[in-house]
Amino acid sequence: MKPAPFDYLRADDISAALSALHDAGEDARVLAGGQSLGAMLNMRLAKPSLLIDIMHIEALGAIREEKAALVIPACVTQEALLRRSDLHPLLAKALPWTGHVQTRARGTVCGSIAHADPSAELPLCLALLGGEVSIRSRRKRRTVQAADFFRGMMLTDLRPGEMIEAVRIPLARKNQRFAFTEIGRRHGDFAIVAVAAMREGDTLRLTVGGVNDTPAIREWATLDTADIPDALNDLAWSLDARDDLHATARYRRDLMRNLGRIVIEEVSS
Amino acid sequence: MTTLAATETHTVRVRLNGRAVEGRATPRMLLTDFLRHELHATGTHVGCEHGVCGACTIRIDGALARSCLAYAVQVDGATIETVESLAPERGRLSVLQTAFQRHHALQCGFCTAGILMSLDTLLGAEPDAGEDRIREVLAGHLCRCTGYQPIIRAALDAAARLREGDADA
Ligand SMILES: Cc1cc2nc3c(=O)[nH]c(=O)nc-3n(C[C@@H](O)[C@H](O)[C@H](O)COP(=O)(O)OP(=O)(O)OC[C@H]3O[C@@H](n4cnc5c(N)ncnc54)[C@H](O)[C@@H]3O)c2cc1C
Ligand code: FES
Ligand code: FES
Repeated sequence: MKPAPFDYLRADDISAALSALHDAGEDARVLAGGQSLGAMLNMRLAKPSLLIDIMHIEALGAIREEKAALVIPACVTQEALLRRSDLHPLLAKALPWTGHVQTRARGTVCGSIAHADPSAELPLCLALLGGEVSIRSRRKRRTVQAADFFRGMMLTDLRPGEMIEAVRIPLARKNQRFAFTEIGRRHGDFAIVAVAAMREGDTLRLTVGGVNDTPAIREWATLDTADIPDALNDLAWSLDARDDLHATARYRRDLMRNLGRIVIEEVSS
Repeated sequence: MTTLAATETHTVRVRLNGRAVEGRATPRMLLTDFLRHELHATGTHVGCEHGVCGACTIRIDGALARSCLAYAVQVDGATIETVESLAPERGRLSVLQTAFQRHHALQCGFCTAGILMSLDTLLGAEPDAGEDRIREVLAGHLCRCTGYQPIIRAALDAAARLREGDADA
């Protein structure tokens, strides 16, 4: 339970972090809150030769609003986001499910997106809201839509030498309604199934986490109340539910139908 | 800004429970091991070493943290508080610690150091915290022998006494 040896660099600014990432290539890892990476290093699931600590980069510390979006840079912790007074209603519902008080105090929003755990709440929210990931390498900047960013289980569109500078989440509009719920073994554990919903007029959008390797997205232009059970049943069977240590595929489908109904009712009432 | 080499030890300076102290660490040294083996502050316990059990919970720069998910070199220059900081003086316990004693909120005590740090932080920030909040904060800890009810009773009792300004409970 002790990590393999690594060099450590505390980056003072983003260009230093990006140069070091560029020079070390795939052998380097960004260290943010360490709430996922620490466990992977201690269990030797990851053995990078260099850790680049980005948490002292002042320019990445503050949330801002820009062009109708909330911009959350890489050093913002989950707790700092949760404490925001005018927090996006979906994030206000989903963030308390992300780990524990103790892990949110250090874990970052961007770190959760970069880690891309299939059960994680923040990737699910980013996908539902059509957020964007702002990526930087030493020479280039690019922006990737949430739907294209998550590529597989803990696999993202990030290439060697790149880091997430910020994520952008569109601000909630007045005619939008949101709901979130999940089932896990205990509060704060990773979800077995998590579901988030958004309604805007007649359009209903649902994302499901914990089942496929990446957040699954479904959208209905209209969905009559009478058709909801069938729609949810189709959804449950269309996803790649599998048996594992935590739950059977059948239980996961059952959760999708039930949690799906709960969030749809909440955004429709 | 220099890279700290994996194979060498580096000086790490922290303010630990109000005192400026320093020790040596290779980059891979866990903060838990640094506290216990280098600084000889053995109040912080180590259970799982992957963030799940909460035994190692401390405060870094005022915020709660799992010390097994941090490396010593990360906290160079930081202010650290551990369970040793809670008692106001030698031979006297804090209101929260006394409540733990009164309500038998510990048996083996393995989980206790971390739980005390979490609850101390909660009651400091939210004096009016009720049972729901206490349960939410406790969810970040595993206790394998006491059971959580006495811990919750102790926390509620401490909260009430602290609100009444009972510093000497
Ligand atoms: C007990 C426990 C319970 C948890 N429960 C949940 C839960 O229910 N739901 C949940 O979603 N999460 C949960 N987590 C994980 C969550 O707390 C982490 O905060 C999050 O997954 C990673 O964020 P971090 O800042 O800690 O990143 P780190 O652990 O530092 O990094 C994680 C990965 O992302 C990379 N990375 C980080 N930041 C960047 C960046 N800016 N650019 C590029 N790459 C980057 C790192 O290189 C690493 O590969 C839990 C953790 C623990 C210890
Ligand atoms: S030892 Fe750190 S959480 Fe278990
Ligand atoms: S008192 Fe023994 S584990 Fe909690």
